[in-house]
Amino acid sequence: MFELCIPEFLGGRCIPSMALFSQLLIGLINGSFYALLSLGLAVIFGMLNIINFSHGAQYMMGAFVAYLLLQHLGLNYWMALIFAPIIVGAIGVAMERLFLQWLYKLDHLYGLLLTFGVALIIEGMFRNQFGSSGLPYQMPEALTGGQNLGFMFLPNYRAWVIVASLTVCLGTWFIIERTKLGSYLRAATENPALVSAFGVNVPRMITLTYGFGVALAAFAGVMAAPIYNVSPQMGAELIIVVFAVVVIGGMGSIMGAIVTGFGLGVIEGLTKVFLPEWSNTVIFIIMAIVLLVRPAGLFGRRT
Amino acid sequence: MTDLTAGAQAKTSRSEAIAFILMVVCLAIAPAFIYPVFLMKALCFALFACAFNLLIGFVGLLSFGHALYFGWASYLTAYSAKAWGLPPELAILTGVATAAVFGLIAGALAIRRQGIYFAMITLALAQMMFLVAVRAPFTGGEDGIQAVPRGRLFGLIDLSNQTNMYITVVVIFLAGFLLIYRVINSPFGEVLKAIRENEARAISLGYKTERYKLVAFVLSATIAGLAGGTKAIVLQIASLTDVNWPMSGEVVLMALVGGLGTVFGPVAGAFVIIAMQNYLAQVGQWVTVIQGVVFVACVLLFRRGIVGEIAHLLRIKL
Amino acid sequence: MKRLMSLAAFSAMLMCGTAQAQQVTVKIGVMSDMSSLYADIGGPGSTAAAKLAIADFTKANPNVKVDLLSADHQNKADVGSSVVNQWFDVEKVDLVIDVPNSGVAFAVSEIARSKNKTFIVSGAAASDLTGGKCNANTVHWTYDTWMLANGTGKALVKTGGDTWFFLTADYAFGHALDRDTSAAVEANGGKVVGRVRHPLNTNDFSSFLLQAQASKAKIIGLANAGGDTINSIKAGAEFGIVKGGQKFAGLLVFASDVNALGLNTAQGLTLTESWYWDLNDTNRAWTKRWQAERAAAGKFPTMVQAGVYAGVTHYLKAVVAEKSAADGKAVVERMKSIPTDDPLFGKGTIRADGRKVHDVFLLEVKKPAESKYPGDFYHLRATIPAAEAFRPLKDGNCPLAKS
Repeated sequence: MFELCIPEFLGGRCIPSMALFSQLLIGLINGSFYALLSLGLAVIFGMLNIINFSHGAQYMMGAFVAYLLLQHLGLNYWMALIFAPIIVGAIGVAMERLFLQWLYKLDHLYGLLLTFGVALIIEGMFRNQFGSSGLPYQMPEALTGGQNLGFMFLPNYRAWVIVASLTVCLGTWFIIERTKLGSYLRAATENPALVSAFGVNVPRMITLTYGFGVALAAFAGVMAAPIYNVSPQMGAELIIVVFAVVVIGGMGSIMGAIVTGFGLGVIEGLTKVFLPEWSNTVIFIIMAIVLLVRPAGLFGRRT
Repeated sequence: MTDLTAGAQAKTSRSEAIAFILMVVCLAIAPAFIYPVFLMKALCFALFACAFNLLIGFVGLLSFGHALYFGWASYLTAYSAKAWGLPPELAILTGVATAAVFGLIAGALAIRRQGIYFAMITLALAQMMFLVAVRAPFTGGEDGIQAVPRGRLFGLIDLSNQTNMYITVVVIFLAGFLLIYRVINSPFGEVLKAIRENEARAISLGYKTERYKLVAFVLSATIAGLAGGTKAIVLQIASLTDVNWPMSGEVVLMALVGGLGTVFGPVAGAFVIIAMQNYLAQVGQWVTVIQGVVFVACVLLFRRGIVGEIAHLLRIKL
Repeated sequence: MKRLMSLAAFSAMLMCGTAQAQQVTVKIGVMSDMSSLYADIGGPGSTAAAKLAIADFTKANPNVKVDLLSADHQNKADVGSSVVNQWFDVEKVDLVIDVPNSGVAFAVSEIARSKNKTFIVSGAAASDLTGGKCNANTVHWTYDTWMLANGTGKALVKTGGDTWFFLTADYAFGHALDRDTSAAVEANGGKVVGRVRHPLNTNDFSSFLLQAQASKAKIIGLANAGGDTINSIKAGAEFGIVKGGQKFAGLLVFASDVNALGLNTAQGLTLTESWYWDLNDTNRAWTKRWQAERAAAGKFPTMVQAGVYAGVTHYLKAVVAEKSAADGKAVVERMKSIPTDDPLFGKGTIRADGRKVHDVFLLEVKKPAESKYPGDFYHLRATIPAAEAFRPLKDGNCPLAKS
């Protein structure tokens, strides 16, 4: 057992090494959410060239749909984990058909503005309907309690968050990078005309990709519901942090989004121990440094 | 051919001149009909929107973090007027200088990326400085800086008099407005527009586009700071609202509603949005939703904005 | 000629008489957060409370005519101040009430002073409103940070919770709660063993809670509010903080936050409020009326909304005694000189610094099994008498208190 300290001029806080392991693990859990959200953004960006500003609102919708399914249909957490992403994804599909599809020929900035407006609408409506202080969502029975790992008490739910989000992230990566469907997707980003010449319905593929990206956000929302406050503003500030994550990673690669998400979660976790006051600014500071050193982002191609 | 363009040029600047005179006349008689505090507030936002529009409309850069300059200038102005007892002109100058320095730093970082990345970076940097503002002791956290003295302009003009204050705000607004107008019609402005149309081409013509973009960015931030500082003196408050991200969104909305890339659009847009906020305050609850709907409607249906549509209909430049 | 004179005198008398019997007109504006963070604490519920107060008062005093306005300050000090300016200048509003955001509240207080109108704060928490920044036109009704910190801190130390660890939101408000509670804890023989300052609006508190857990303090004081408090307690339940024998003390928790947590997660949380709907029959009856007025059967009024009712009631009494609402300073002076007495807060007084004092209650969140009906949130653990509940007059640095 030894202690780790940071330099005196940064406050000189110390913690035992065992506590450090637990903090690393917690950081990883936190990073799961960044990874899931930035992955969704990257998938959408890759196909539509749009930054989906309503991603935070869709994450919030995931959590609320889980709550509503439980309240009104009696569907438990596990069912919500499947149905909430489908429902919110379907809403995403409708949004793409109604609004987004008219903007592809214009400057990409219009997509950003449109999704920003949609985010305001969604958040405002949820606030009018459900109030602002939040709603309770109980943890599923099977995941309460925790394991004593010797160096820390790890709640079962947190372990589940890591496993589930890693599975979903790697699964998404596999589909896009290693399957035939994925190769169509990637080809369509490069040359849509050519892919449609092969008989692939490119517009439909775009729609479904958007729906899938949105579903990823909703999935993260359901995961968050038992541990974070389920309130209409839960996604609004998170999305700005995720934007910074995306800038750091660069949206060139799927794997890049996943790795940066988890990595920054860990860094933020460590900051919470050593410099707690700076833990919400650290990602932005890293972003500024990365921009100075590698403007295209850690995994990005120079645009 | 040359004659034709010259004629068109003369004609367009005439329409702008008429619109400008109309605007000044409106500002002169408006206080008789409209509550002056509201007018002054709207004018501050109008200047803010014009500053923002300089970037999006004439350089093609979407800054999603302009609250940073507006809000921090407003804090510094309020603080220097209240804690150091500076006269209003120096207090505003302090705010403006702060905005310029922040603009230089944030601009230098943000122009390293283009398009959507630029928007995200400016947003993230603004959010970071918002978080700093929440913590910094001098900003008063959630309480903000209250009861900022209006003081005497140049030691002579008592700004606690509503009429004096109004005239001062109108002068500041017009000065900022004309400065922006001058810039976009200068050779410098022509280069900016060339960058907007095709940056690669501008580079190949030998322009150091990054430097042009940075200067434009700093200028925009500085004028946003002028707007923010003036607002702190007018409303005698500086608060977290002014540095938070929804404010960045609001200024985008103002420019969009009025018409991106038009000279008068942001002014019209600011008045519409501030009026909406003011009157919707009585309705409550639906403010956010309505703003969102306006956003979506503008992007899908009225991309030219109010002034842009009028200009298009009348085939004039505004 | 004589006859004419007496006729004139008679008619003058008549006019006087009618004027006395009727027409005191008052205009009240409820300014609250109708659409965002604090909408459940004040918001439309405050407007409903004001309507009830006006209805009750005008029934007993038919000669008083009250107009009610309401507005959403959107948590923006500038929106709040421009609406209030307009209310005072154009709409001729006499009283502004509620304002659950201290930034907006300070702005409104300043405007009320400069235009000599009346301002009753119910929603905002900052104790500076009756401290260094007090003025003769402002009354602070329901609660403040000092009262919350002192009530909870003192009561818990006395019941054995003598070691504390603070989770403090890292901004002025969190620091103030932390400072005032620490003072109360130490003054009563307790000890603060550590604190961590977390950024505002943090999502994941598990890291901070591990630090709190490691400190072995008996009480974890939550010097934060809203979403931060909820997220701390949620993470605490997950990491077995309460099961491990530590206890949470909420320094600014409302019934709506407890509702958001659910009793299962919130059980055992100790907090201070100045009004609870289920405390007695009068409150319960009023709650029924409020729910009907608000058209929200499942919602329960907060202390802030109750404060709006009581504040409006007392204000109207003072206006009637003063026969006019025009001079804000005089009305507030009158509000201070007549003792307060209303169905919700009982008998009390308003001090020279504008602080309304009344009994406050130390409450503990029930276990789910103990809760028998919706809204059955708390056990009453202690009643803190009015004289001890609020910051002593001399400690507030309010200039009005010195004269």
